[in-house]
Amino acid sequence: MNLNLTLLGQAISFAIFVIFCMKYVWPPIMGALRERQAKIAESLAAAEQGAQRREEAEAEIATMLQDAKAQAAEIVAAAQKRANEMVEDSKSTARTEGERLLAAAQSEIEQEVIGARESLRKQVGSIAIDGARKILGSEVSADAHSKVIDDLVGQI
Amino acid sequence: MASSHAPTTTEYIQHHLQNLVVGFHPENGFGIAHGAKEAAEMGFWALHLDSMFWSIALGALFIWIFKSAAEKATSGVPGGLQNFVEMIVEFVDGNVRETFHAKSEVVAPLALTIFVWVFLMNLMDLIPVDLIPRMTEAVGIPYMKVVPSTDVNITLGLSLSVFALMIYYSFKVKGAGGFFKELAFQPFNSPNIFVQLIFVPINLLLEGVALLAKPISLALRLFGNMYAGELIFILIALLPFYAQWLLSVPWAIFHILVITLQAFIFMMLTIVYMSMAHESH
Repeated sequence: MNLNLTLLGQAISFAIFVIFCMKYVWPPIMGALRERQAKIAESLAAAEQGAQRREEAEAEIATMLQDAKAQAAEIVAAAQKRANEMVEDSKSTARTEGERLLAAAQSEIEQEVIGARESLRKQVGSIAIDGARKILGSEVSADAHSKVIDDLVGQI
Repeated sequence: MASSHAPTTTEYIQHHLQNLVVGFHPENGFGIAHGAKEAAEMGFWALHLDSMFWSIALGALFIWIFKSAAEKATSGVPGGLQNFVEMIVEFVDGNVRETFHAKSEVVAPLALTIFVWVFLMNLMDLIPVDLIPRMTEAVGIPYMKVVPSTDVNITLGLSLSVFALMIYYSFKVKGAGGFFKELAFQPFNSPNIFVQLIFVPINLLLEGVALLAKPISLALRLFGNMYAGELIFILIALLPFYAQWLLSVPWAIFHILVITLQAFIFMMLTIVYMSMAHESH
Protein backbone atom coordinates (compact mmCIF):
# COMPACT_ATOMS: atom_id res chain seq x y z
CA MET A 1 0.00 0.00 0.00
CA ASN A 2 3.01 2.30 -0.27
CA LEU A 3 3.06 4.99 -2.87
CA ASN A 4 6.02 4.53 -5.12
CA LEU A 5 7.28 4.73 -8.68
CA THR A 6 4.45 2.49 -9.86
CA LEU A 7 2.30 5.62 -9.77
CA LEU A 8 4.51 7.39 -12.29
CA GLY A 9 4.88 4.26 -14.36
CA GLN A 10 1.12 3.93 -14.54
CA ALA A 11 0.73 7.61 -15.43
CA ILE A 12 3.26 7.27 -18.24
CA SER A 13 1.73 4.12 -19.67
CA PHE A 14 -1.70 5.75 -19.37
CA ALA A 15 -0.50 8.73 -21.39
CA ILE A 16 1.01 6.44 -24.04
CA PHE A 17 -2.15 4.33 -24.32
CA VAL A 18 -4.40 7.38 -24.52
CA ILE A 19 -2.23 8.98 -27.22
CA PHE A 20 -2.14 5.73 -29.15
CA CYS A 21 -5.90 5.34 -28.84
CA MET A 22 -6.37 8.95 -29.95
CA LYS A 23 -4.15 8.55 -33.00
CA TYR A 24 -4.77 5.04 -34.27
CA VAL A 25 -7.91 3.63 -32.72
CA TRP A 26 -10.58 6.30 -32.34
CA PRO A 27 -10.43 8.08 -35.73
CA PRO A 28 -10.71 5.02 -38.03
CA ILE A 29 -13.52 3.45 -35.99
CA MET A 30 -15.45 6.71 -35.75
CA GLY A 31 -14.82 7.31 -39.45
CA ALA A 32 -16.23 3.92 -40.35
CA LEU A 33 -19.23 4.49 -38.09
CA ARG A 34 -20.01 7.89 -39.61
CA GLU A 35 -19.57 6.56 -43.11
CA ARG A 36 -21.92 3.70 -42.41
CA GLN A 37 -24.42 6.08 -40.86
CA ALA A 38 -24.36 8.18 -44.02
CA LYS A 39 -24.69 5.08 -46.15
CA ILE A 40 -27.66 3.80 -44.17
CA ALA A 41 -29.37 7.19 -44.32
CA GLU A 42 -28.77 7.26 -48.05
CA SER A 43 -30.18 3.79 -48.63
CA LEU A 44 -33.18 4.54 -46.44
CA ALA A 45 -33.88 7.64 -48.49
CA ALA A 46 -33.43 5.61 -51.68
CA ALA A 47 -35.81 2.95 -50.41
CA GLU A 48 -38.38 5.59 -49.57
CA GLN A 49 -37.97 7.10 -53.00
CA GLY A 50 -38.37 3.68 -54.54
CA ALA A 51 -41.55 3.07 -52.60
CA GLN A 52 -42.89 6.43 -53.71
CA ARG A 53 -42.01 5.69 -57.31
CA ARG A 54 -43.73 2.32 -57.06
CA GLU A 55 -46.84 3.99 -55.68
CA GLU A 56 -46.83 6.43 -58.54
CA ALA A 57 -46.38 3.62 -61.02
CA GLU A 58 -49.23 1.73 -59.41
CA ALA A 59 -51.51 4.73 -59.71
CA GLU A 60 -50.48 5.12 -63.33
CA ILE A 61 -51.18 1.45 -63.96
CA ALA A 62 -54.61 1.80 -62.39
CA THR A 63 -55.55 4.72 -64.63
CA MET A 64 -54.17 2.93 -67.67
CA LEU A 65 -56.13 -0.15 -66.80
CA GLN A 66 -59.28 1.88 -66.39
CA ASP A 67 -58.71 3.58 -69.73
CA ALA A 68 -58.12 0.26 -71.41
CA LYS A 69 -61.25 -1.18 -69.90
CA ALA A 70 -63.30 1.78 -71.03
CA GLN A 71 -61.80 1.52 -74.48
CA ALA A 72 -62.53 -2.18 -74.68
CA ALA A 73 -66.12 -1.58 -73.59
CA GLU A 74 -66.41 1.07 -76.25
CA ILE A 75 -65.07 -1.23 -78.91
CA VAL A 76 -67.41 -4.01 -77.87
CA ALA A 77 -70.36 -1.62 -77.95
CA ALA A 78 -69.37 -0.35 -81.38
CA ALA A 79 -68.96 -3.86 -82.69
CA GLN A 80 -72.32 -4.86 -81.32
CA LYS A 81 -73.94 -1.83 -82.88
CA ARG A 82 -72.26 -2.56 -86.18
CA ALA A 83 -73.41 -6.17 -86.03
CA ASN A 84 -76.95 -5.09 -85.31
CA GLU A 85 -76.80 -2.71 -88.24
CA MET A 86 -75.52 -5.44 -90.50
CA VAL A 87 -78.24 -7.79 -89.39
CA GLU A 88 -80.84 -5.08 -89.98
CA ASP A 89 -79.30 -4.30 -93.38
CA SER A 90 -79.33 -7.87 -94.54
CA LYS A 91 -82.84 -8.28 -93.22
CA SER A 92 -84.10 -5.31 -95.20
CA THR A 93 -82.15 -6.37 -98.26
CA ALA A 94 -83.62 -9.82 -98.06
CA ARG A 95 -87.07 -8.37 -97.60
CA THR A 96 -86.81 -6.07 -100.64
CA GLU A 97 -85.30 -8.87 -102.68
CA GLY A 98 -88.13 -11.13 -101.73
CA GLU A 99 -90.65 -8.45 -102.52
CA ARG A 100 -88.99 -7.85 -105.86
CA LEU A 101 -88.99 -11.55 -106.66
CA LEU A 102 -92.59 -11.79 -105.59
CA ALA A 103 -93.54 -8.83 -107.74
CA ALA A 104 -91.67 -10.28 -110.73
CA ALA A 105 -93.36 -13.61 -110.29
CA GLN A 106 -96.72 -11.94 -109.95
CA SER A 107 -96.25 -9.85 -113.06
CA GLU A 108 -95.11 -12.93 -114.96
CA ILE A 109 -98.21 -14.75 -113.80
CA GLU A 110 -100.34 -11.84 -114.83
CA GLN A 111 -98.61 -11.73 -118.18
CA GLU A 112 -99.27 -15.40 -118.69
CA VAL A 113 -102.88 -15.01 -117.62
CA ILE A 114 -103.32 -12.21 -120.11
CA GLY A 115 -101.64 -14.27 -122.86
CA ALA A 116 -103.80 -17.26 -122.06
CA ARG A 117 -106.89 -15.12 -122.04
CA GLU A 118 -105.91 -13.59 -125.39
CA SER A 119 -105.35 -16.99 -127.04
CA LEU A 120 -108.47 -18.32 -125.43
CA ARG A 121 -110.41 -15.35 -126.77
CA LYS A 122 -108.94 -15.92 -130.23
CA GLN A 123 -109.80 -19.59 -130.11
CA VAL A 124 -113.31 -18.84 -128.91
CA GLY A 125 -113.66 -16.28 -131.76
CA SER A 126 -112.51 -18.77 -134.37
CA ILE A 127 -114.68 -21.48 -132.84
CA ALA A 128 -117.63 -19.09 -132.92
CA ILE A 129 -116.96 -18.18 -136.55
CA ASP A 130 -116.58 -21.81 -137.44
CA GLY A 131 -119.79 -22.48 -135.64
CA ALA A 132 -121.55 -19.62 -137.35
CA ARG A 133 -120.22 -20.64 -140.78
CA LYS A 134 -121.45 -24.11 -140.25
CA ILE A 135 -124.82 -22.77 -139.27
CA LEU A 136 -125.18 -20.05 -141.87
CA GLY A 137 -123.25 -21.45 -144.71
CA SER A 138 -120.54 -19.57 -146.36
CA GLU A 139 -122.16 -16.15 -146.18
CA VAL A 140 -120.31 -15.35 -143.19
CA SER A 141 -116.93 -14.01 -144.00
CA ALA A 142 -114.44 -13.55 -141.38
CA ASP A 143 -113.49 -10.14 -142.73
CA ALA A 144 -117.03 -8.80 -142.99
CA HIS A 145 -118.14 -9.87 -139.62
CA SER A 146 -114.95 -9.59 -137.73
CA LYS A 147 -116.33 -6.59 -135.93
CA VAL A 148 -119.22 -8.59 -134.57
CA ILE A 149 -116.99 -11.46 -133.70
CA ASP A 150 -114.54 -9.15 -131.93
CA ASP A 151 -117.45 -7.79 -129.89
CA LEU A 152 -118.46 -11.31 -129.05
CA VAL A 153 -114.94 -12.21 -128.18
CA GLY A 154 -114.71 -9.06 -126.03
CA GLN A 155 -117.83 -10.20 -124.10
CA ILE A 156 -116.27 -13.53 -123.21
CA MET B 1 8.29 -18.40 2.85
CA ALA B 2 5.42 -20.47 1.58
CA SER B 3 7.84 -23.18 0.61
CA SER B 4 9.38 -23.56 4.07
CA HIS B 5 6.20 -24.28 5.98
CA ALA B 6 2.46 -24.29 5.41
CA PRO B 7 1.29 -20.65 5.69
CA THR B 8 -1.07 -19.65 8.46
CA THR B 9 -4.29 -17.88 7.51
CA THR B 10 -2.81 -14.46 8.22
CA GLU B 11 0.30 -15.25 6.23
CA TYR B 12 -1.77 -16.51 3.35
CA ILE B 13 -3.81 -13.31 3.22
CA GLN B 14 -0.79 -11.06 3.64
CA HIS B 15 1.04 -12.97 0.95
CA HIS B 16 -1.82 -12.41 -1.43
CA LEU B 17 -1.94 -8.71 -0.69
CA GLN B 18 1.80 -8.17 -1.18
CA ASN B 19 3.03 -6.76 -4.46
CA LEU B 20 6.19 -7.86 -6.19
CA VAL B 21 8.31 -4.83 -5.30
CA VAL B 22 11.65 -4.08 -6.82
CA GLY B 23 13.84 -1.24 -5.59
CA PHE B 24 16.80 -0.18 -3.47
CA HIS B 25 16.67 -1.44 0.07
CA PRO B 26 18.86 0.62 2.43
CA GLU B 27 20.52 -2.52 3.77
CA ASN B 28 20.06 -5.25 1.19
CA GLY B 29 20.69 -3.09 -1.88
CA PHE B 30 18.86 -3.41 -5.20
CA GLY B 31 16.51 -6.33 -5.41
CA ILE B 32 13.09 -7.73 -4.78
CA ALA B 33 11.51 -6.98 -1.41
CA HIS B 34 10.71 -9.97 0.78
CA GLY B 35 7.63 -9.05 2.74
CA ALA B 36 5.73 -5.86 3.41
CA LYS B 37 8.32 -4.48 5.83
CA GLU B 38 11.17 -4.49 3.33
CA ALA B 39 8.88 -3.09 0.66
CA ALA B 40 7.94 -0.20 2.95
CA GLU B 41 11.59 0.45 3.71
CA MET B 42 12.33 0.88 0.02
CA GLY B 43 10.31 4.10 0.08
CA PHE B 44 9.10 5.91 -3.01
CA TRP B 45 11.80 4.74 -5.43
CA ALA B 46 10.49 1.25 -5.82
CA LEU B 47 8.32 -0.33 -8.49
CA HIS B 48 5.48 -2.84 -8.26
CA LEU B 49 6.57 -5.16 -11.03
CA ASP B 50 3.41 -7.24 -10.96
CA SER B 51 1.03 -4.26 -11.12
CA MET B 52 3.07 -2.63 -13.87
CA PHE B 53 3.27 -5.84 -15.85
CA TRP B 54 -0.43 -6.65 -15.73
CA SER B 55 -1.46 -3.07 -16.22
CA ILE B 56 0.71 -2.61 -19.30
CA ALA B 57 -0.15 -6.06 -20.64
CA LEU B 58 -3.86 -5.34 -20.33
CA GLY B 59 -3.45 -1.87 -21.81
CA ALA B 60 -1.58 -3.42 -24.72
CA LEU B 61 -4.31 -6.03 -25.08
CA PHE B 62 -6.88 -3.25 -25.28
CA ILE B 63 -4.88 -1.36 -27.87
CA TRP B 64 -4.22 -4.54 -29.86
CA ILE B 65 -7.86 -5.60 -30.00
CA PHE B 66 -9.15 -2.14 -30.85
CA LYS B 67 -6.36 -1.40 -33.27
CA SER B 68 -6.93 -4.60 -35.22
CA ALA B 69 -10.64 -3.76 -35.37
CA ALA B 70 -9.84 -0.19 -36.42
CA GLU B 71 -7.55 -1.38 -39.21
CA LYS B 72 -10.26 -3.56 -40.67
CA ALA B 73 -13.05 -1.07 -40.01
CA THR B 74 -15.29 -0.70 -43.03
CA SER B 75 -18.50 1.15 -43.55
CA GLY B 76 -19.97 -2.07 -44.93
CA VAL B 77 -21.38 -4.94 -42.95
CA PRO B 78 -19.22 -5.27 -39.82
CA GLY B 79 -17.72 -8.56 -38.69
CA GLY B 80 -17.93 -9.95 -35.16
CA LEU B 81 -14.92 -8.19 -33.68
CA GLN B 82 -15.69 -4.92 -35.41
CA ASN B 83 -19.26 -5.12 -34.19
CA PHE B 84 -18.15 -5.69 -30.62
CA VAL B 85 -15.59 -2.89 -30.74
CA GLU B 86 -18.05 -0.53 -32.37
CA MET B 87 -20.63 -1.27 -29.71
CA ILE B 88 -18.19 -0.21 -27.00
CA VAL B 89 -16.99 2.80 -28.98
CA GLU B 90 -20.55 3.94 -29.60
CA PHE B 91 -21.45 3.45 -25.96
CA VAL B 92 -18.50 5.58 -24.86
CA ASP B 93 -19.13 8.12 -27.60
CA GLY B 94 -22.77 8.41 -26.55
CA ASN B 95 -21.81 9.06 -22.95
CA VAL B 96 -19.23 11.64 -23.98
CA ARG B 97 -21.73 13.43 -26.22
CA GLU B 98 -24.34 13.53 -23.49
CA THR B 99 -22.03 14.96 -20.86
CA PHE B 100 -19.25 16.78 -22.62
CA HIS B 101 -20.40 19.57 -24.89
CA ALA B 102 -17.16 21.33 -25.80
CA LYS B 103 -15.06 20.33 -28.80
CA SER B 104 -12.17 18.08 -27.97
CA GLU B 105 -10.14 15.44 -29.74
CA VAL B 106 -8.87 14.04 -26.48
CA VAL B 107 -11.84 13.37 -24.24
CA ALA B 108 -13.56 10.58 -26.17
CA PRO B 109 -10.40 8.45 -26.72
CA LEU B 110 -9.44 9.17 -23.12
CA ALA B 111 -12.81 7.91 -21.92
CA LEU B 112 -12.58 4.84 -24.14
CA THR B 113 -9.10 4.01 -22.89
CA ILE B 114 -10.16 4.43 -19.26
CA PHE B 115 -13.33 2.38 -19.64
CA VAL B 116 -11.78 -0.59 -21.39
CA TRP B 117 -8.48 -0.55 -19.55
CA VAL B 118 -10.02 -0.24 -16.10
CA PHE B 119 -12.56 -2.90 -17.00
CA LEU B 120 -9.81 -5.29 -18.09
CA MET B 121 -7.78 -4.58 -14.94
CA ASN B 122 -10.87 -5.22 -12.82
CA LEU B 123 -11.63 -8.35 -14.81
CA MET B 124 -8.44 -9.92 -13.47
CA ASP B 125 -10.32 -10.11 -10.19
CA LEU B 126 -12.47 -12.92 -11.60
CA ILE B 127 -9.48 -15.17 -12.20
CA PRO B 128 -9.24 -17.60 -9.28
CA VAL B 129 -7.08 -15.91 -6.64
CA ASP B 130 -4.50 -18.67 -6.39
CA LEU B 131 -4.16 -19.61 -10.05
CA ILE B 132 -1.59 -17.15 -11.34
CA PRO B 133 0.33 -16.66 -8.03
CA ARG B 134 0.83 -20.44 -7.72
CA MET B 135 2.07 -20.64 -11.30
CA THR B 136 4.53 -17.79 -10.88
CA GLU B 137 5.64 -19.16 -7.53
CA ALA B 138 6.58 -22.37 -9.30
CA VAL B 139 9.00 -20.43 -11.51
CA GLY B 140 10.47 -18.58 -8.54
CA ILE B 141 8.52 -15.32 -8.34
CA PRO B 142 7.62 -14.95 -4.66
CA TYR B 143 4.76 -12.43 -4.94
CA MET B 144 2.18 -11.86 -7.59
CA LYS B 145 -0.83 -9.57 -7.30
CA VAL B 146 -2.68 -9.97 -10.56
CA VAL B 147 -5.36 -7.30 -10.22
CA PRO B 148 -3.68 -3.97 -10.99
CA SER B 149 -6.67 -1.94 -9.81
CA THR B 150 -6.24 -3.30 -6.28
CA ASP B 151 -2.97 -1.35 -6.22
CA VAL B 152 -3.54 2.22 -5.08
CA ASN B 153 -0.55 3.34 -7.15
CA ILE B 154 -2.30 2.24 -10.31
CA THR B 155 -5.59 3.95 -9.54
CA LEU B 156 -3.82 7.09 -8.34
CA GLY B 157 -1.65 7.04 -11.45
CA LEU B 158 -4.83 7.14 -13.52
CA SER B 159 -6.67 9.70 -11.44
CA LEU B 160 -3.69 12.05 -11.11
CA SER B 161 -3.25 11.96 -14.88
CA VAL B 162 -6.90 12.90 -15.22
CA PHE B 163 -6.33 15.63 -12.64
CA ALA B 164 -3.36 16.97 -14.59
CA LEU B 165 -5.52 17.11 -17.71
CA MET B 166 -8.22 18.91 -15.72
CA ILE B 167 -5.79 21.56 -14.57
CA TYR B 168 -4.27 21.87 -18.05
CA TYR B 169 -7.61 22.36 -19.75
CA SER B 170 -8.85 24.70 -17.03
CA PHE B 171 -5.90 26.97 -17.73
CA LYS B 172 -6.15 26.53 -21.46
CA VAL B 173 -9.87 27.18 -21.80
CA LYS B 174 -10.54 29.70 -19.04
CA GLY B 175 -7.08 31.22 -18.66
CA ALA B 176 -5.35 31.68 -15.33
CA GLY B 177 -7.71 34.51 -14.37
CA GLY B 178 -10.83 32.62 -15.24
CA PHE B 179 -9.69 29.55 -13.38
CA PHE B 180 -8.79 31.62 -10.31
CA LYS B 181 -12.13 33.39 -10.48
CA GLU B 182 -13.89 30.05 -10.47
CA LEU B 183 -12.00 29.01 -7.37
CA ALA B 184 -12.23 32.34 -5.55
CA PHE B 185 -15.75 33.64 -6.23
CA GLN B 186 -17.71 30.50 -5.52
CA PRO B 187 -19.74 29.37 -3.72
CA PHE B 188 -20.00 32.63 -1.71
CA ASN B 189 -20.03 35.96 -3.40
CA SER B 190 -21.26 39.39 -2.62
CA PRO B 191 -21.67 42.63 -4.54
CA ASN B 192 -19.95 44.41 -1.66
CA ILE B 193 -16.22 44.38 -2.40
CA PHE B 194 -15.14 44.23 1.28
CA VAL B 195 -17.44 41.34 2.06
CA GLN B 196 -16.14 39.68 -1.09
CA LEU B 197 -12.57 40.09 0.16
CA ILE B 198 -13.50 38.12 3.25
CA PHE B 199 -15.20 35.48 1.12
CA VAL B 200 -12.24 34.93 -1.21
CA PRO B 201 -10.01 32.94 1.18
CA ILE B 202 -12.99 30.89 2.36
CA ASN B 203 -13.95 30.13 -1.24
CA LEU B 204 -10.37 29.27 -2.13
CA LEU B 205 -10.19 26.84 0.76
CA LEU B 206 -13.53 25.18 -0.06
CA GLU B 207 -12.97 24.98 -3.79
CA GLY B 208 -9.35 23.92 -3.32
CA VAL B 209 -10.40 21.03 -1.13
CA ALA B 210 -13.17 20.12 -3.57
CA LEU B 211 -10.68 20.22 -6.44
CA LEU B 212 -8.10 18.09 -4.67
CA ALA B 213 -10.74 15.67 -3.47
CA LYS B 214 -11.64 14.82 -7.06
CA PRO B 215 -8.56 12.77 -8.05
CA ILE B 216 -8.28 11.26 -4.57
CA SER B 217 -11.89 10.12 -4.47
CA LEU B 218 -11.65 8.91 -8.05
CA ALA B 219 -8.64 6.75 -7.24
CA LEU B 220 -9.80 5.52 -3.84
CA ARG B 221 -13.27 4.61 -5.03
CA LEU B 222 -11.90 2.22 -7.62
CA PHE B 223 -9.13 0.98 -5.36
CA GLY B 224 -11.48 0.42 -2.41
CA ASN B 225 -14.04 -1.51 -4.40
CA MET B 226 -11.49 -3.72 -6.07
CA TYR B 227 -9.43 -4.26 -2.94
CA ALA B 228 -12.50 -5.24 -0.96
CA GLY B 229 -13.67 -7.55 -3.72
CA GLU B 230 -10.27 -9.18 -3.95
CA LEU B 231 -10.08 -9.58 -0.18
CA ILE B 232 -13.42 -11.36 -0.12
CA PHE B 233 -12.24 -13.71 -2.86
CA ILE B 234 -9.13 -14.43 -0.76
CA LEU B 235 -11.27 -15.09 2.31
CA ILE B 236 -13.51 -17.41 0.32
CA ALA B 237 -10.39 -19.22 -0.85
CA LEU B 238 -9.66 -20.06 2.78
CA LEU B 239 -12.76 -22.26 2.97
CA PRO B 240 -12.51 -25.98 2.31
CA PHE B 241 -12.37 -26.49 -1.45
CA TYR B 242 -15.75 -28.27 -1.68
CA ALA B 243 -17.56 -25.34 -0.01
CA GLN B 244 -15.90 -22.51 -1.91
CA TRP B 245 -18.26 -22.47 -4.88
CA LEU B 246 -21.19 -21.76 -2.56
CA LEU B 247 -19.79 -18.30 -1.91
CA SER B 248 -17.38 -17.68 -4.74
CA VAL B 249 -19.93 -18.21 -7.51
CA PRO B 250 -22.50 -15.69 -6.21
CA TRP B 251 -19.75 -13.25 -5.32
CA ALA B 252 -18.16 -13.60 -8.76
CA ILE B 253 -21.50 -13.05 -10.46
CA PHE B 254 -22.10 -10.00 -8.33
CA HIS B 255 -18.56 -8.89 -9.01
CA ILE B 256 -19.14 -8.90 -12.77
CA LEU B 257 -21.58 -6.09 -12.09
CA VAL B 258 -19.15 -4.30 -9.77
CA ILE B 259 -16.18 -4.34 -12.11
CA THR B 260 -18.25 -3.03 -15.01
CA LEU B 261 -19.88 -0.41 -12.86
CA GLN B 262 -16.55 0.76 -11.42
CA ALA B 263 -15.03 1.04 -14.90
CA PHE B 264 -18.10 2.98 -16.02
CA ILE B 265 -18.01 5.28 -12.99
CA PHE B 266 -14.32 6.02 -13.51
CA MET B 267 -15.01 6.87 -17.15
CA MET B 268 -18.12 8.94 -16.41
CA LEU B 269 -16.42 10.98 -13.70
CA THR B 270 -13.46 11.61 -15.99
CA ILE B 271 -15.84 12.92 -18.64
CA VAL B 272 -17.64 15.06 -16.06
CA TYR B 273 -14.36 16.51 -14.74
CA MET B 274 -13.19 17.22 -18.29
CA SER B 275 -16.50 18.88 -19.01
CA MET B 276 -16.15 21.04 -15.88
CA ALA B 277 -12.66 22.02 -16.98
CA HIS B 278 -13.96 23.07 -20.40
CA GLU B 279 -17.03 25.02 -19.33
CA SER B 280 -17.12 28.13 -17.25
CA HIS B 281 -20.12 28.41 -15.00
